[in-house]
Formats: sequence, structure tokens, C-alpha cells
Amino acid sequence: MSLVSDISDDAGRQLPVLKQRGQREVFCGLTGIVWLHRKIQDAFFLVIGSRTCAHLIQSAAGVMIFAEPRFATAILEEKDLAGFADAQEEIDRVVARLLARRPEIKVLFLVGSCPSEVIKLDLSRAAERLSQVHGPDVSFVNYSGSGLETTFTQGEDTCLAAMVPKMRTLPAEAPRSLMVVGSLADPVEDIFRRIFEALEIPVVFFPPRRFSELPAVGPQTSYLLAQPYLAETGRALDERGAQRLAAPFPLGVEGTRGWLNAAAQAFDVRPSRLEEVVAPAERRAHLALGRAREMLTGKRVFFFPDSQLEVPLARFLHRELGMTPVEIGTPYLHREHLAVELSMLPSSVTLSEGQDVERQLDRCRASSPDLVVCGLGLANPLEVEGITTKWSIELTFSPIQGYEHVGDLAGLFTRPFVRRERLKV
Amino acid sequence: MQLSVWTYEGPPHVGAMRIATAMKGVHLLLHAPQGDTYADLLFTMIERRKERPPVTYTTFAARDLGSDTAELFKTAAIEAYERFRPDVLLVAASCTAELIQDDPGGIAGALGLPVPVVPLEMSAYQRKENWGAAHTFYRLVRACCDSSPRPPQAERSRKRCNLLGPTALGFRHRDDIIEVSRLLDQLGVDINVVAPYGATAADLARLGDADFNVVLYPEIADSVARWLGKTFGQPCVSTPPLGVTGTRAFVEEVARLVETDPSPVLEEVGRLPWYSRSIDSTYLTGKQVFIFGDATHAIAAARIATEEFGFEVVGLGSYCREQARDVRAAAKQYGLEALITEDHLEVEDRIVELQPELVLGTQMERHIAKRLGLPCAIISAPVHVHDYPARYSPQMGFEGANVLFDTWVHPLMMGLEHHLLSMFRDDFEFAETAGPSHLGASRSTPEAELRPAVAAEPGSAASEASAPAEPLWTADAEHELKKIPFFVRRKARRNTERFARERGRIPITVETLYDAKAHFQA
Repeated sequence: MSLVSDISDDAGRQLPVLKQRGQREVFCGLTGIVWLHRKIQDAFFLVIGSRTCAHLIQSAAGVMIFAEPRFATAILEEKDLAGFADAQEEIDRVVARLLARRPEIKVLFLVGSCPSEVIKLDLSRAAERLSQVHGPDVSFVNYSGSGLETTFTQGEDTCLAAMVPKMRTLPAEAPRSLMVVGSLADPVEDIFRRIFEALEIPVVFFPPRRFSELPAVGPQTSYLLAQPYLAETGRALDERGAQRLAAPFPLGVEGTRGWLNAAAQAFDVRPSRLEEVVAPAERRAHLALGRAREMLTGKRVFFFPDSQLEVPLARFLHRELGMTPVEIGTPYLHREHLAVELSMLPSSVTLSEGQDVERQLDRCRASSPDLVVCGLGLANPLEVEGITTKWSIELTFSPIQGYEHVGDLAGLFTRPFVRRERLKV
Repeated sequence: MQLSVWTYEGPPHVGAMRIATAMKGVHLLLHAPQGDTYADLLFTMIERRKERPPVTYTTFAARDLGSDTAELFKTAAIEAYERFRPDVLLVAASCTAELIQDDPGGIAGALGLPVPVVPLEMSAYQRKENWGAAHTFYRLVRACCDSSPRPPQAERSRKRCNLLGPTALGFRHRDDIIEVSRLLDQLGVDINVVAPYGATAADLARLGDADFNVVLYPEIADSVARWLGKTFGQPCVSTPPLGVTGTRAFVEEVARLVETDPSPVLEEVGRLPWYSRSIDSTYLTGKQVFIFGDATHAIAAARIATEEFGFEVVGLGSYCREQARDVRAAAKQYGLEALITEDHLEVEDRIVELQPELVLGTQMERHIAKRLGLPCAIISAPVHVHDYPARYSPQMGFEGANVLFDTWVHPLMMGLEHHLLSMFRDDFEFAETAGPSHLGASRSTPEAELRPAVAAEPGSAASEASAPAEPLWTADAEHELKKIPFFVRRKARRNTERFARERGRIPITVETLYDAKAHFQA
């Protein structure tokens, strides 16, 4: 179904963007809770939603969580839909019960959903009121993970954007510092921290591992986006006077170098010093990519929209592993944040934003790619059709950024081929 | 609002998806926002289905609200029909769409599509997955079944029945169909229609041709069977053929209905009776089990555990409120009060309190049991990818009983292993740090993991916290406790502590330990 179907030119790159509208085979923003609750260890995420929301998060989290998770859903029932005052009281009751059970919680996120938005449940009012009751020990932040407004990783964006107003303002005399924005796996973050320390760039990471370590912000802050899906967060940081450093994303050797280079230049690090610091890691990374490059060169790859990581990933596969992107589907194309990335793509590629999944499947089959990167709902049915797939959710949950994980990142794309070659049944 | 960490059942529209996906030529148009497509992966990943479920989602966004969501629905309906050409189109609203009140049924009905359009009222804020499946199946049967009275027929040489209830994403439904069909064949009964699993709209039209109905899963098919009974006078067999006793009862019931001799079929009972009587199974005697699942499987599991394994049922419950009465009645037979809840934390509390030696449950109880270091076997949905095994493994019929024996006994230690462990408990490999071999090398000290859960209980936590100066156990008694095999040690520890507290005999000496042992054995 394509209510809107047109080809518009991308201003920066002149790459045509195909926009279709129809069924979207993507997660909503609530899914971000699956990694955010692990990242921020003193946080609890309470979704105000329906049974569907609860079922979605548990299906997406799947077998990964054996401990009691730091998230839950307050499921709206028939009686809650009658009046809002009642719903606010219900939130108070549920939150009190939660905090009694989990006294170690320092920040509680009230997460809006499709139903809570449709009934216009005011979660910011709830957050304010709860802060007065349970503060200052516990902070309350509200954001929306609703599918009406957010796709998959955009849930992290709305979450981080809602935390920005809670940041203290850096004192006027504070020196310039760097903020890395977007959740990274802890081992990746540790490696980047060591590199920035070696470059003598004062660095903080956002989101922090504990809410109590929420960084301060101000005009002295320069920020580097570690993830490509942070449109709202970037805007909120801009409003606090911080400046974004234009850079590619730290995927692949080239992306990581460009990303670090943007910071090095902004903080007047000598190019020779940067070279010195990253040279051993870059050598290792090139070595790690060797076999993957042999296997993947010349292969054609098709991306279904999922996490907004599609553009940087396609750039990496194209420039470092010799693959040809056929179509790069992405839920949302942030032209400004992706400007550097887009300039590195081949002009032959089709960029598509949004989705009509049935038509996209038609295009995918017609273009017979060697590899399809897609979500879990599509992967097995495509394999049955004889198409090799890489399920994209792994790209969101795994440590793949930076030099030391570049081999692992490439491995995610070679494994489906290796497996096909091995199997004789 | 109901606070929920994990849910046993999805929303009702997932139930509708289970029916549509099970059938052939049925398409479901779901009015839903972005994100609800997550449900596809339940079928493609967990059940490993080879095709996407036959569902089109309208995917409305914030900007559509109040303007053209109805238009969006209309376009989606037309395009879904054009692309998939189903024999029947189901239309439903997900929870969010229910709030915007677009009347999907009315809109789709007005489009003049050349196939039946069946509107579903899902009541997402009151109902759940099983209800949604039952409701969808019922609406489909009402829409497709030819209800004209059948002309009286000459006596058939073989009777025919419908097999009702198996769905997509069901727990072993795939294999139960084969097993039960085989039993019926042996009794001289042909299958008229299996529904919804594998059925078409045309199959539903001829449900009335059967002589009787077999309801495999009452949670799904009860309402359909009742309507068929009323409309065609078809009797209904609803004894679930679970376990040897259940299968026998089922065979006898069918044989009575079709007036045939059940004894040739009853001669084949499978291996469970002998395996249970073989001496290696002696150690199963009186093992305490906690059972939780859907009503049908939980009730049957309690009977099988008691009569076919010689276990003692210490807890029985279900998340199915619709069948709560049956579960309560069953629990009463074991002198228990049934636990009816959708809150898995409540289930966890009950398991911690009861300290069973085996948990029979769902995916949720598997998580709980894993945390508590307890053996667990799966008996009911909701389940995970592991519970769709490659091999044939029904739950129903005599072969199903064989499967139950293996599945339930596997997480426990075998009798001989049990015996050797107590004989050689001073051997370093059986030391407390070695951990139970059948739970894998990674589980080092199950006792240590359990202690926080035990300590967190009211009473013990307070007394231990308030009196850190006074140790609960003397060193000698603690040492003696370690001589007790680890798989009963945590129970011995707990019982002894309770015994000692009640009698003010703290710290616990070796004497207290054996006094407690005698007390609990008396």
C-alpha cells in the first residue's frame, strides 16, 4: 500500500530516496528497554501500556534474561480507560509497589506506549508528582516508546533526550570536554575510554552506567554520536549549548578512525599522536578483516529497515569488505547526522526510508541479493526461499564498534555464508 | 492497572493469529500501530514456521490519528485481498486500534470483497490470548460452517469425528494430532476434519458431516464443540488423552460412543507402566512436585504425577482464569488449594515456599526453577524454541505417555546414581562444591544460590539480620550438615532451622540437627 510513493533527491548527496508507506515489519521503541535496562544499572523501566507491550518486550528479550529484569509493564485494564485521575492513582500504586520490592532503584523511567498516548495519559505530570513523593532518592523520567512515534532504536533516542534536561550545567570555568552519546556495550566503552585517555581528551559517556553518574553539559561540551539514531538527543544537547562533531560512525576501521579523528581535531591532538595511539589496533583490525574480505568481496547485500544502523553498516561492508549494497532500507534517514556516511556510499545504491514490506520483499526477490539483512520476522521465511540472511537484531545487541571488535562485526556477515557452505543437507 | 513482568498469555489478537496461521487460505487484517509485527517472530522463530503468518498490519502512526486511519484500513484491506486472495478475511483491531474506534468490521464489510469477511471483537483490555483464539475459531466456524441439517444417513461402517483445537504455536499440537488420529483409526474411526490446524474454510463447512467431536484443547475449542453439539447433535469427547490413564479413559469413551470393543487398543499401553514399576524408579516415590500451566495440561499432569509416577503433588495452579473452577476442583482431590494467577512472581513465591523437588510448568517456571536450582520439565504453553523439538514427541496417547516419562524423569537423577551418590558422599567429587552433574558443570553451588531466596523470607531475614553476632549453626553442626547429600541438604537446613527457632534451640548443634531429622521423619 503506497499512499505516499515518490522519489526525492537527497540534498547533500543527490542519492535518490525511495519512500513508500505500508506495513512496517519493525519493532517499536519499547524494544530499546531490552538493552537500556542492562546499560543503566540503577534504572527501572515501567511501561504504561497494554498486554501487547508486555508481550512484545518479553518476546524481544526472549531467552536472554534469566534474572528478574529491571523492567515491567503496568497493563491498562478496562477500568483504567474510564477516567484519567484514576489512572494517575493507579500509577502511584504500581510505582510504590515496585520501589518497595526494588529499593536499589535510583531512576524510574515511565515509558509511554501506543495506548497510553491515545488516551493522552500525562506521564510528565505523573513523573513530577512521583518525584515529590519519592525524591530525591529516586528520580523519575518519562519518555515515549510508542510505535506511533518511534521505531526500534528511536526508543533509546527518546529515552536519552528525556534525560538531557536532568543534566547539570557545567560550571562556566569548566574546561572543554567530550561527550560520547549513545549506548555502547561496556567492553567497547572501556576501550574507547582508554583511547581518549591516551589522547588526553577528557571524556564522559552518555548514557552513564549509573544514573548518579549522569554527566553535566554546557557550551564547553563537544559531543560525538556513537549511534546513528539519536536525532532528538542531538537536538536536546544542542539546546544545552553542546556542539556536535561531524563524523562517520565507529563501525569498521575507517569509520572508527574518522570518528576518533573528529574528536582529535576538535581537541587539537597532533595527527602524529593519534596515529601513534591507534596504529597497533588498526593493524590488528586489518588483519582480522582479511578472511572476511576474501569471502565477501563482490557479494550483493540488501538491507531491510531495522535499527538505523543500516547506512553505516552498508558503508563498512562496501568500503572495507568489497560488498555491493543493492538497497539500503532504513526506518528513518537523518541526513545531517549521516552526511559523512552518505558521502561514502556508491551512487548505484537505492536508499529507502520507511517501508511497505510486501513491495520491498518483491524488490528484494527481484534483485536476488547474496545476503539480506533483516529482522527476525522475515529471516526464516527468506531462508526457506533460498536467500541467505543475517538477522539484524544481533547488530544492535552485540559489541561491534571500534577496532577490537571489527573482526566480530565482519564475522556476523560471513557466518551465514560459512554455514551454507558447510551444510550438506 | 496490573503490574506485570512476564505474561503467560499474549493479547487476544495473538490468539487470532494462532488460528489464522494454523489454517490454510485464511488471512487476518489487523488494525495496529507500528511494532505489533513483533508477533510474527513468535511463529517464524519460536515455532520455526517456514512462512510469515498470514497477517497484514495497517501500521498507523501518530500523524494518522484522527485523520485517516479508517482510510488506511480500507486501502490495506483492498491490497491485502489483492495480494493474498484468501478464502476468508478476518478483521480485527489490536489494543491501540480498539481505542480509536474505526470499526474495522464495518469498513471491511462495506468494501464488497468477494469473500466472507469475519469481524472479530477482541476486547484487548479484558481478554487474553487463549480467549482470542477460542473466539476467532468460533467466529470462523459460525461464518463458514454449513449449518443446514444433514439428511439421515445409512449406517456408516466407520464413524467419523472432528479433531478440534490444535493451533499454530501450540504446545506439541503438531504431534498430538498424529498420535490421536492413530488411536482413533485403531478404534475404527475416521477423521472428518482437523481444525483449525491445517483446515480450510471449505473444511469448516463440512464439520457437520462428522458423527462426533473430539476436543483436544478445551481452552481453544470448547465453544465450537458446544455449538456443533447444539446444531448437529454431535456428541463430544473431551477427556484429554494425556498419560496412560487419560488415554485409556479416552479410548473407552470413544469406544462406547462408536459401540466397539476397546480392548485391542487398550492392550497397547506403551512403556510408561513398566518403566514406572521397574526398580530404578523406586526413588521417584513421593517426590514432591509443583505443577503450573494451562488448565488442561496442569490438571492432567497432577493426575499423571500421582497415579503414574508415584509423585506427591504439593502445588497445582493455572493462569487460565476461564477454567479456574476445574483446576480448583482438581486441586481439592489432592488436598490443595489451587493457585490461579497471571502473576509469575506469585508463582515464584509459592515455589520458594513449597520447596518442591521437581517443577512441572511453562517457560516462566523454567526461568524460576533455573534461578532456584530446581529440576524442571515443561508441560504447557507458553514455551520456547526448545519445546518445538525436531523429533516426533507428542504429549497425548500412549506414545505421549512415553514422552512424558522421559521428559519428567530426565531432569531428576536416576535411581542408581542417587544411591551411589549417598554411598560415596565423602568422595571429593561429590563434595558440595562439585554440584550436581546432571545440571551441568557451570552450576557450582546450588545451595549457595538458594540461600538469599530463603533468607529473604519474612522471619528468617529479620532474625539473621538482627542477630549477626549469634551464629545460627555451631561449627560441628554445620560440618555434619555437609555430610547430607546436597540435593536434600537445603531442605534439611531449612527444616532444621525452623525446628530450632520454634524451640529456641539456637545455635544449632549436631544434637538439634538429628532431633529435627527425627521430628520431620516421624
